[in-house]
Amino acid sequence: MLRYLIKRIGYMLLTLFLIATVTFFLMKLLPGTPLSAADKLSPEQQAIVLEKYGLNDPIPVQYVRYMSGLLKGDLGVSFAFDNTPVTKILMDRLGPSALLGFQAVIVGAIVGILLGLISSVFHNGIIDYTSTIIAVLGTSIPSFIFAGLLQYLFAVKLEIFPVALWGEPKHAILPTLALAITPMATCARFIRTEMVEVLNSQFILTARAKGLSEVAVVFRHGLRNALIPLVTIIGPMVVSLMTGSMVIEKIFAIPGIGEQFVDSVYVNDYPTIMGTTLLYASGFIVVLLIIDILYGIIDPRIRIGGGGK
Amino acid sequence: MKFKKGTFLLTLLVMLGLVLAACGGGADDSADGDKGAGGEGATEEVEQVLNFVNGDTIPTMDSSLATDQYAFEFLGATMEGLYRLSEGGEIVEGIAYDHEISEDGLTWTFFLRDDAKWSNGDPVTAHDFVYAWRRAVDPNTGSEYGPYMMNGVIKNADKVNAGELPVEELGVEAKDDYTLVVHLENPVPYFESLTAFGTFYPLNQEFVESQGDKYAQSTENLIFNGPFTLENWSTTANEWSIVKNPNYWDADNVTLERANFVVVKEHQTAVDLYEQGEVDRVGLSSEQVDVYANHPDFTILPEASVFYLKFNQERNGEETPLANKNLRKAIAMAIDKEAYVNNILNNGSMVATGLIPKGFVEVPGTGEDFREANGDLIVYDPDAAKEYWEKAKQELGVDTVELELLGGDSELSIETNEYFKNQIETTLDGVKVTIKSVPFAQRLDLDNKQDYDIQVAGWGPDYLDPNTFLNLWVTGGGNNKMSFSNEEYDRLINEAATTYAQDQEKRYQNFLEAEKILMEEAAIAPLYQRQRALLVSPKIEGILHNQVGADYDYKWAKVVPVEEE
Repeated sequence: MLRYLIKRIGYMLLTLFLIATVTFFLMKLLPGTPLSAADKLSPEQQAIVLEKYGLNDPIPVQYVRYMSGLLKGDLGVSFAFDNTPVTKILMDRLGPSALLGFQAVIVGAIVGILLGLISSVFHNGIIDYTSTIIAVLGTSIPSFIFAGLLQYLFAVKLEIFPVALWGEPKHAILPTLALAITPMATCARFIRTEMVEVLNSQFILTARAKGLSEVAVVFRHGLRNALIPLVTIIGPMVVSLMTGSMVIEKIFAIPGIGEQFVDSVYVNDYPTIMGTTLLYASGFIVVLLIIDILYGIIDPRIRIGGGGK
Repeated sequence: MKFKKGTFLLTLLVMLGLVLAACGGGADDSADGDKGAGGEGATEEVEQVLNFVNGDTIPTMDSSLATDQYAFEFLGATMEGLYRLSEGGEIVEGIAYDHEISEDGLTWTFFLRDDAKWSNGDPVTAHDFVYAWRRAVDPNTGSEYGPYMMNGVIKNADKVNAGELPVEELGVEAKDDYTLVVHLENPVPYFESLTAFGTFYPLNQEFVESQGDKYAQSTENLIFNGPFTLENWSTTANEWSIVKNPNYWDADNVTLERANFVVVKEHQTAVDLYEQGEVDRVGLSSEQVDVYANHPDFTILPEASVFYLKFNQERNGEETPLANKNLRKAIAMAIDKEAYVNNILNNGSMVATGLIPKGFVEVPGTGEDFREANGDLIVYDPDAAKEYWEKAKQELGVDTVELELLGGDSELSIETNEYFKNQIETTLDGVKVTIKSVPFAQRLDLDNKQDYDIQVAGWGPDYLDPNTFLNLWVTGGGNNKMSFSNEEYDRLINEAATTYAQDQEKRYQNFLEAEKILMEEAAIAPLYQRQRALLVSPKIEGILHNQVGADYDYKWAKVVPVEEE
């Protein structure tokens, strides 16, 4: 197990290094400069400003400088937020996004799993169709539409929740629900499909034959088997939800990190592009590792690290 | 490891419970002391507090590094230069109460008040201006607006910025603590209005240097000399406030106690917040204008930004068909601008018929608006456009031309590009337009390389003088980037900056003449002058809207009681 972990972490670092390298050079291919008033300066004047930030150096030199900074944990300073360390931007902005994403996955997963279970138990009945329709709507309608609807209905019309802004727990409810739609729908569809299959297998028949209650059959024997493929899907979803959704954050005016991914590219804010990319990549890699470990916990048949059959 | 029955699900349920509990808890404590008074009780005294949404974060509060509208807006609220712009661009005293200009117009001596203080109690002196201006052009600062605003204006700014001269050689000196002497490169008649601009604000050297890299990163690393101080701000802050500055020399004339700002980027969300009374002013997008045009709080704010088509006459070292004047005129007259501003922009914007915007400057002597004085120079005229196109075809010896239209990639820009393409192709049989929609940074890059045929572009003024628009198109000008060159035009602009620098009437005659040439040559095709549609609470009074520098000036703002209907 330990050897396996060390090996995995080694690969993770290598992956991060490759991602950092590729992103760095791709980013340098972007047209334009990080200057915000480039249209008002002559090329000579621009060069003077770029010199101060070391952007006139050959790209390999900049690459080596960035990577050696990265080794020391220095992500550089942002151009768009004048001289603000990228680490500070990520730290300040990640909180709200991570909280919302986490809540959304929890809410979405629980509701989704329940919907899926109900569907599979009442297979092909009216309840199944209803919950399938909900799931299909949830997958096909983008979450920002839900966000707009929720905002209009619960905040503008009924005035139950605040329209937008951030700071108090009540501000988190509508965006969490809007974000929860996708994981909910995904979970519901997967659980239903898996459960229908699992519930028809031999060992369920055995469980029923030995007189177990229906609840025990569905939850202990059925659901546990159906959860495995779901874990594979939810992991990456957790990462993308926790690193923020640009649209949802915009609609509810949440100071999250979602839009930094896009904004930093638009304004050629090189250090922030690198910072957000590496944040996302490392989140992703770590979650993949956790999933692999979770497989073993959920399904003892899967062994990691070649620890015997 | 053994999986205990139901543990996983149970954990999830417990977590859901916690989340819901946490969410529920906050619903009651809605006591938020900062809400505006809103006219309830209708007493004489209203709380002098306003709430606003801001379109984005403030990227910097360092006056040397500021480049964007929000930085200048909040620098304007919290800082003060030699002068300040008042109603209608009138220049009123700031840290300086008077000045003298030498006969040759090259030396300006400013007399500073001795009761102006920084928010830490230090006096504001002439040395603070010297330090700030030197810092703005010092190549080590990496300022963009420093060289942009000061090069060619303040003596030696170019050379200092290029590192050829030490910063001490910049043409600004403190004769004593309260006398500032400025040496100019050329006489600059609009220099007074420049001193009201953010880049020219003073900086307290001792404080700035004590903060090092942290200067202006957050409220703690800033001191102010303006009507307000900034509270709770850092570069990444999503909410902040401006609070009346008791140390400001003119604090007696500042009524507003506090204004709170929160970043809301989505127009609809901002409008919803306005409707619920959470904020007191909100901008409207073009789709919203139709819905809110009859709202009692609906307001149109004039702006001085002008948008136009740039015609590139030389691409990759070769002449483009647009080097032909008749083709340029044909395209310039082929676009129905009225329909464009009403149906597509739909935000109160006006058709532009020349380069200088309406309501921007007056012609000295007559007092007439510049735009009125020069009249409508390029208007929509499809028949004339067709005639010019016929002439162009003969001169070019072709029946068809293919042109690339370079524009932005926002939803509105894409619609705009399509509209212009359609208008040109429909009116001018044989002209084929291909659209290239790219993000702003890329458009600038292509503009820089002069790699386009027609470009949708715009310009907002940086100081109150026609020169801010007209000097863009001199031969080889930094923003020309379309190989437009006209000797007479160059002569007129140059003369206005040198020979007539101290004769406003003659200068303006030159500017009027130059604009006529620019339009007669159809170097560019003016499209529209942007306006801003807003909902503004009737309880707000005295917030000034500037054409240059800070968008809004809060110094004279106050909250007035609103009569209940």
